Amino acid sequence: MTELKYYFIRRVLTFLPTLIGLTLITFVVSVMIPSNPARLWAGGIKANPEVIELIKKKYHLDEPLYMQYYYYIMNLLRGDLGTSPITHRPVILDIMTYFPATVELAIVAEILVVIIGVPLGILSALKKDSLADHIVRVFSLVGVSLPIFWLGLMLQWVFYYYLGVLPAGGRGIPPKVKYTGLYILDSLLCQDWNAFIDNLTHVIMPAFTLAYIGIGVIARITRSSILDVASADFVVFLQVKGLEKLKVLKHILKNALVPIVTMLGLEFGALLSGAVITETIFYWPGIGRYAVQGINNLDFPAIMGVTLLIGLVYIVTNLIVDLMYAAIDPRVRL
Amino acid sequence: MSLVALKSRVERWKVKNKAKIEEWKLTLRVMTMSPLALSGLIIVVLFLIIAAVGPYVAPHDPYEIDFRVMLEPPSPEHPFGTDEYGRDIFSRVLHGARISLVIGIITLSISVPIGVILGLISGYYGGIVDEIIMRLTDIFLAFPGLILAIALSVALGGGIETVMVALSMVWWPYYVRLTRGQVLSVKENLYVEAAKAIGLGDFWIMFKHILPNIISPVIVLATMDMGGVILTAAALSFIGLGARPPTPEWGRLVADGQPYFPEYWWYVFFPGMVIFLTVLGFNLLGDGIRDALDPKIRRTIEFKERG
Amino acid sequence: MNLGEELLRIEDLSVHFFTYAGVVRAVEDLNLTVMRGEVFALVGETGCGKSITMRAVLRLVPPPGKIVKGRIIFDGIDLLKLSEEEMRKIRGSEIAMVFQDPNTALDPLFTAGYQVVETLVAHNKKVGIKDAWKRALKLFKLVDIPEAEKRLHSYPHELSGGMKQRVVISIALSLNPKLLIADEPTTALDVTIQAQILKLLKELQEKYNVTLIMITHNLGVVAEMADRVAVMYAGSIVEIADVFELFENPLHPYTRGLLGAIPSVTKRVNRLTPIPGTVPNMINPPSGCKFHPRCRYSKSICKLKKPELKEVQSGHFVACHLY
Repeated sequence: MTELKYYFIRRVLTFLPTLIGLTLITFVVSVMIPSNPARLWAGGIKANPEVIELIKKKYHLDEPLYMQYYYYIMNLLRGDLGTSPITHRPVILDIMTYFPATVELAIVAEILVVIIGVPLGILSALKKDSLADHIVRVFSLVGVSLPIFWLGLMLQWVFYYYLGVLPAGGRGIPPKVKYTGLYILDSLLCQDWNAFIDNLTHVIMPAFTLAYIGIGVIARITRSSILDVASADFVVFLQVKGLEKLKVLKHILKNALVPIVTMLGLEFGALLSGAVITETIFYWPGIGRYAVQGINNLDFPAIMGVTLLIGLVYIVTNLIVDLMYAAIDPRVRL
Repeated sequence: MSLVALKSRVERWKVKNKAKIEEWKLTLRVMTMSPLALSGLIIVVLFLIIAAVGPYVAPHDPYEIDFRVMLEPPSPEHPFGTDEYGRDIFSRVLHGARISLVIGIITLSISVPIGVILGLISGYYGGIVDEIIMRLTDIFLAFPGLILAIALSVALGGGIETVMVALSMVWWPYYVRLTRGQVLSVKENLYVEAAKAIGLGDFWIMFKHILPNIISPVIVLATMDMGGVILTAAALSFIGLGARPPTPEWGRLVADGQPYFPEYWWYVFFPGMVIFLTVLGFNLLGDGIRDALDPKIRRTIEFKERG
Repeated sequence: MNLGEELLRIEDLSVHFFTYAGVVRAVEDLNLTVMRGEVFALVGETGCGKSITMRAVLRLVPPPGKIVKGRIIFDGIDLLKLSEEEMRKIRGSEIAMVFQDPNTALDPLFTAGYQVVETLVAHNKKVGIKDAWKRALKLFKLVDIPEAEKRLHSYPHELSGGMKQRVVISIALSLNPKLLIADEPTTALDVTIQAQILKLLKELQEKYNVTLIMITHNLGVVAEMADRVAVMYAGSIVEIADVFELFENPLHPYTRGLLGAIPSVTKRVNRLTPIPGTVPNMINPPSGCKFHPRCRYSKSICKLKKPELKEVQSGHFVACHLY
C-alpha cells in the first residue's frame, strides 16, 4: 500500500505548478483590465490626482509587472484579495460571507446528479437499446442543450407562478444555531425542523436547475462505462468461475466506477460555474450572484476574487478525484 | 481555364477518389437513417437558412419602437409577442440567429485551428515541446469554461468582439488534447514511419498524412461545440457581457425579458426556446456524425442495405 | 487411467450467430465424446468453431450467438435442459475453463488471491474466509507460483503472463472439477513459458485424474499432451482418433493436409505442402462436405451430401466420402 502513498505525494507535488499557473492567469487577466483601476478606486473621473498617486503607491501600480505579481502572491498568501470599490469592504470578507450559500447549493446539486444520474445510467446499460435506454439518451441530449437560465426561469414559472408550491427564490431562513453555514445541515443538527423544511423548499429548484446538465452527462458516462466493462474478457471468466450474477455485477460496477468518479469530480467544477447563472435567477445569495453584481458594477476585485476562488476549488476537486482514482484502480499508482 | 478543361479535371478527381466518395455517401446515408441524427441535420440547416435570410424576411424592423403595442402576448401579427418598447420579438429572434452563427463561426475558426496545430506539434514531436504545450493547456483547463470566459470578457472590455476572443481562449485547449491523443495513437502506424523513411518533411507528414486521418473526431467535436459556443455566448449575454442592448442576441433577449417574468412569459420563453432548439440540433447532428463514423454501426447499416 | 466411461457427449450441436450480415453457422451438427480421465485434444484452424463449442458446453455463448440444436450430456445430465442457476453451480465446480489470454482473464482491480477465494466462496457458502485463503495459498503452491504468500496479495498487473496463467489454472482447479477445458492456454505466452504451463497441466491432470480437453491449433502440443484427438473444420468434426493413430494414419484429407504443412526438425522435407484455398465463409458455406472446394480427392457426391462421422477402424472416426 505504500505505493499509494507515493502516488499521493507525487500527485500533490504536481498540484503546485498548476496552482501557480492559476494565479498567473488571474494576475495576467487583472492587469489586462483596461480602465485605470487607481482612478476608479479613487472615485472616478472626479478623483483628486493626489489621491490617485497615493493609491498607485499603495497598490504598487507603478512598479514593473513581475514586482506586481510578487505583491499579488504575497497578498494572496495573506488572504488579501483587494477591496471592493463598491462595497468598500475587503473582497475576502464579502466572499466568505457568500461562499457557504454557494457550497450548499453545489453540494445539493451534486447529490442530485449522483442519485439521479448514476441509476439512470445503470438502468440504461442493463436495458440496452430498449425504450428506457432511448428515453434516457434523449434526456441527456436535451440536458446538455438547455440554457441553464432558461430552464431556471421555466421551472420558476411552473412551480412558483403556476402551481405555487415552491418559493420563487432566495435562501431559506437561517437555523437557530449556525455550525457550518450550510443551513440545511445546520438546521438538521440543531433539529430546527421549521428551518429545515423551509431551506429544502428554497434550495430544490436552483439545485435541480444546476444539476440538470450534470445528470444527463453522468447518465451517459455511466452507461457507456458499464457497457465497455461488461464486454471485457475477465467478465466472461467470472461467469465461467460460476459466480452469482450479483457478484459479477459488483465486479463490473467497480471497474466502471473509474470514469464515472472522474466525471463527477469535473462535474463539481461545472456546477460552480453554473452557479453564477443559477444564483442570479433564483436570487440565491452566493458568490455567483456576487460576481454578476460585480460585473454590472464594474467591481473588478470582486470578479477576480471569485474567479480565483472557483479556479482554486476546481483544481482541488480534480486533485481529490485523481487521488480517489488511484485508490480504486491499482494500475494508476505506478 | 476553359470550362471543358475544368470539367475533365473534376471528372478525373472523381475517379481518383471514388472510394472516398463512396464512403462519404455511406456516411450521409447512415446519418439519415437515424431519426435523431436526421432531426439534428434538419434543425441545423433550418438555423443556417434563418441566419442567412432571417433579416430579409422578418415581418418587422427589430429596432422599431411602437409604444402602442408594448408587452403584448403572442398574436398573428406578433407570433412571439412584443417587448417593453413594442418591438416584435419574432423579428428580433430572426435577426439574433445571424449573430449567434457569427459568434460560433468566428470563435471556432480561431480555436480549432490553434488547437489542432498545437496538438499536432505536441503529439508529433513529443519531448519538451509536448511538455510545454501540455502544461499550457492544463493551466487553461484549470478553470471551468464559463468562469474563464467571464474573467477574460470582463478584462477585455465586455463587448461582443471580446466575448468571441474570450470564448476562443476557453475552447482551444480541448482541441489540443483531442488532436494530440489522436496523433499519439496514429504516430506508431507504419505509414508514418514509411513517410519518414522516404524523407518527407515533418510538416508535410503532419498535415498531409496524419491530419486527414484524424480529422473525423475533430469534426464531430466542432459540430457539438458550435452548439456549446452559442450556449455559452448566450449565457454571457444573459449576465451582461457580450451583446449590449438593443442588439437582439438571443441571450440578451432573455436577460431583457427577465424583469417582466413571469407575467409576460413570452418575452423570455421564445428566445430561450430558440437557443435550446438550435443547440439541440447541433448536438444531435454531432452525435449523428459520430455514430455514422463509428465503424461498427456503419457496417451494420451497410449490411442491412445490401440485404 | 482411462476408465472407459463417457464423461461428456455432444450430440448434433448447432450454434448459430444471428448478425446483421446474416446467420453465421459457426457450429453445425457437431458430435463428439470425451472419456473420463483422458486428455482430449480439439484441433482446428482459427475460426473453425472450437472455442464456441466449448463455450456452448458451459452455456456461455456470447450474443448474438444461440444454441439452436443438440444435446450436451455431461455425467449423464443434459446441460441444455438445466436452469440457469443449476448451470451456474456446475460452472467452476464441475466444469472449469482456462482461457487463451491470461492478461485479460483476471479483474485488474482485485488481488489474485481474492479472485481465488471468491470462487471458493461462490460454490460453498459455509467455507470460512480464513480457510478459503489458506486453501488459496495451497493452490498457488500447487501450480508452482514462486513466493506464493506474497503473490496472494498481488494485483494482476504486477504478475507476469506465465504467473497470471498459473493463477487462472489454480482458480480452475480450486474446486476439483471433473472436466477442465483449456482453450489455447499457451498461445499468448512465450515459448519457454508455454512448455512450463503444458508440463504443469499434464502433471495436474495425472495427479488429480481430471479429464482435460485441450483446444489448440498447434499439432506439436497435441503430440505432447493428448490421448485422443478430434479434428474440426468449419463447424463440424471431420476426424477423431487415438493420437498415435492420427499421426501415423491420418484418414481425412484435411488432417493429411494439416500434418503435411508442419515443418519437421528430424526428417528432410523438400517442400511444405499448404492446403490450398481459405477457410470458408460461414454465412454461405459450401454445400455438402464443407471441405470439398479445397480437397484434391473431391468427387461429385462431395458437393451434394455432407458426409457423416463413421467409425472406420476401432476408435477411429472419419467424416469423408472416401470411406
